[in-house]
Amino acid sequence: MAGKVKWVTDIEKSVLINNFEKREWIQVTESEDWNFYWMSIQTIRNVFSVDTGYRLSDDQMVNHFPNHYELTRKDLMIKNIKRYRKELEKEGSPLAEKDENGKYIYLDFVPVTFMLPADYNLFVEEFRKNPSSTWIMKPCGKAQGKGIFLINKLSQIKKWSRDSRTSTFVAASSGKEAYVISLYIDNPLLIGGKKFDLLFVDPSLWCLTLRYKLGFCRFCTVKYTPSTSELDNMFVHLTNVAIQKHGDDYNHVHGGKWTVSNLRLYLESTRGKEVTSRLFDQIHWIVVQSLKAVAPVMNNDKHCFECYGYDIIIDDKLKPWLIEVNASPSLTSSTANDRILKYNLINDTLNIVTPNGDIPDCRWNRSPPREALGNYQVLYDEEQAQSENAERDLRSRSGQSLGSKGTKGSAGVRPATATWK
Amino acid sequence: MINGTELSLTIAHIVQRLKGSHLHSQIERQAKECLHQPEIKLESLREDVRSFLKTSGGHNNASFCYTHSLPPSHPTAPPEHLKEPLAYMRKAQASWEKRVFKSLNSMSTELGVPLARMRPAVEQKELANKWNEMGTDEPDLSRFRPVYAPKDFLEVLISLRNPNHDGSEDVSARSHWGLIQVPLNVRDIPQLRQAYSELNLTTGQLGIDDHAHIHPESHFLSLSCLVVVEQDSAAAQQYSRQGCSTGLRADLWALILNSTNQPQDVMHYEQLKAGVIQHDLLVDNLIYKDVKLTASNDDYYFVFEDFLYQVLLCFSRDTAVLEHFKYNSATPPKSYIQGKVGDEECAVVYPPNVCVSVCDFVGMCFFSTVAPLCFLYNEPSKLYSVFREMYTRYFFRLHSISSSPSGIVSLCLQFERLLQTHLPQLFYHLRQIGAQPLRIAFKWMVRAFSGYLSTDQLLLLWDRILGYDSLEVVAVLAAAVFAFRAENLMEVTSLASAEAVLADLSTLKVMPLIQIFLFATAI
Repeated sequence: MAGKVKWVTDIEKSVLINNFEKREWIQVTESEDWNFYWMSIQTIRNVFSVDTGYRLSDDQMVNHFPNHYELTRKDLMIKNIKRYRKELEKEGSPLAEKDENGKYIYLDFVPVTFMLPADYNLFVEEFRKNPSSTWIMKPCGKAQGKGIFLINKLSQIKKWSRDSRTSTFVAASSGKEAYVISLYIDNPLLIGGKKFDLLFVDPSLWCLTLRYKLGFCRFCTVKYTPSTSELDNMFVHLTNVAIQKHGDDYNHVHGGKWTVSNLRLYLESTRGKEVTSRLFDQIHWIVVQSLKAVAPVMNNDKHCFECYGYDIIIDDKLKPWLIEVNASPSLTSSTANDRILKYNLINDTLNIVTPNGDIPDCRWNRSPPREALGNYQVLYDEEQAQSENAERDLRSRSGQSLGSKGTKGSAGVRPATATWK
Repeated sequence: MINGTELSLTIAHIVQRLKGSHLHSQIERQAKECLHQPEIKLESLREDVRSFLKTSGGHNNASFCYTHSLPPSHPTAPPEHLKEPLAYMRKAQASWEKRVFKSLNSMSTELGVPLARMRPAVEQKELANKWNEMGTDEPDLSRFRPVYAPKDFLEVLISLRNPNHDGSEDVSARSHWGLIQVPLNVRDIPQLRQAYSELNLTTGQLGIDDHAHIHPESHFLSLSCLVVVEQDSAAAQQYSRQGCSTGLRADLWALILNSTNQPQDVMHYEQLKAGVIQHDLLVDNLIYKDVKLTASNDDYYFVFEDFLYQVLLCFSRDTAVLEHFKYNSATPPKSYIQGKVGDEECAVVYPPNVCVSVCDFVGMCFFSTVAPLCFLYNEPSKLYSVFREMYTRYFFRLHSISSSPSGIVSLCLQFERLLQTHLPQLFYHLRQIGAQPLRIAFKWMVRAFSGYLSTDQLLLLWDRILGYDSLEVVAVLAAAVFAFRAENLMEVTSLASAEAVLADLSTLKVMPLIQIFLFATAI
């Protein structure tokens, strides 16, 4: 495999470019022959679009799946998860088991969510069951906390109701902006009195799901209060750095961030090791289940890999909730530590995707060797799981994960009959 | 050796000490309960109750508490001698206190801010409302300057001399190369190996061996669970020597420190809080400034900024801390609420620890000994209670001049001796380039490494402080760090580059370093 990898990017970020340069890869332009294209979301749409799209050759790789939006758009993610749950229920799978209140025992990891304006009436029904609840409105197509607001009265979302009566065709990506409305988690776990969320990067490539061991927590700068007078104060409620960094108390040294290992130490010390392990197992579970939910609609293109950013909130009962998945977690660094974290993440990603810095060859099926994983840890290996399928019945129902050897045996918390498959 | 009267004095002292403590009420309760037992007979009531108590846990913890409540000296010695047996040390501490207090006084006069004043009602209400979020306040603190910096304190320590000791005879190759010039007894490696035998290379340690799967954590876990269930303080201390499991550390430390969260502790904390709201002290501003500048910029501790204010402001008003002055050479000064000089009712015993640790409020970073505890205790009165115990047992010794083996003077000397004995080439080289090792290591030791190590490593180090009831491990670690980076340090040619080599300790794993230094160094 002679020849250096030729790369292109339309995202001018130093954490990316430094990584390419350190591998002595050659920068080219889009119109030239390239091997590796780290593209923004807008570009990926063009690459794979039916009209202009081009076929990727075997020595080309891109950093997005063509229909990543099935997971990364808020409304589609919800749709896919709801569909997945119904399917499992129909199959009679033990995963879809419900408790006496009708809540899924294992698959209740997204807050109750409705699409607006399409599900407006369904939403109203739910709202009326619990009229003192707070809900959060998020535009489907935006990121970085833009356009989000909280409501606690039906009158605040009047304008989404009118449409549902007049028009039944509201395309998700055209016309009136679509929103999702979710039950707001008003009892988040607080540390030092402040709300925070967790951001994990989970790359997906071919058949592998990996977990980046170094995620981080983003803290709000202002003390959390569920008081209704502060519903408009986004500094209390939204943890996005894009929002927080405009606050008076934003600190540029640490950027209001903690590493996940700090969080783990804090939780183990104050709550105990067992419940903390269970929490992190549940988070892994969420990642795997969400990917399985979109697997049928996802084009498992071997030219693609993607680094999804999982945004998770933990409530005060130590239950994790999946808030959203990002297709392109921000590569902007707000602090020095941040830059190092992101640089290492890209580095580890590139090591897996292009082992030995070689020109990618999509005909091969490569499972990266353990050493190449860096800070990644294998969560789920589809191919290995399939080959082990045959052996499954012979294996004892110890609840051990069927993932590849690198996986942490985290299925232990599930009852013995539930498996990863 | 100890005669009848001395014995009864000692006993009276212990009884006095235990009275009113949780342990006392526990034993009392147990004694009352045992009266219902059939074995207890009226004729031999005393003996029966005594033997019953002996077999119950309360007895064990009481004796454990006893070992911590007595000073290690003659019970009829005059109080100053109890505090500090060496006269020249007492003198040095007294003059240091005077100097600090003088500085504080002149700051007060200069800025026109009284040392203590009563808050007007409006201000009290305001503070009560924002008690939980003092971190978002931005008062004007630019006028307050540090009273002094850690290096000032170091200079005082360096200038200490024992008037009875003539050091001029030691001018030889074997003389002490370091900065500390007082002849205190400090332990060397062979003695440390004996004292810290549980740390030897063949004994499993939590934090190393469970990660390498040599001794599975379950082995440590079951032992510690038992200790917590049995509420056995002495066992907890013994156990802590090999490191505490993260899930149980909070309970184990509380056990060792005899820090319970009884209603009276919560009430005490609430009273202190009320005191903070009622009165404003000059040092409050210094505390505020210090936390704002340092803790809020720290990667680990910024989250707990508000807790730090709460704990420190309460601590500076806690007169129960006076108890520890029996063992400390410092003397708390009195101040009067503005305008009422001479009126004893208005005498505010000025923060007892202001003189030993006002330096803590600036530069020395008092917060650094509180902040790591925020990872273990998220309830304010519990956090406060544990911190107070930690401070009055150990950390105060880092900020006052004494001859105690855990005192900062001994630690500095021990560090220098260890380095000179076992890494003479390095020490000599550093000395030649004007980089005296103590000048670099002092800031680590005076904060017991808080703010320099990653939190999980720091907690493992503090496990040993509690386990061995001594701060010696701090000096040992300092020497071990130099040993670890010796190769790089031999190449530097200036103090600045030496500092740079030792600037980042956040990736160090403390136990392997200590173990190697103590047990693998050739003697």
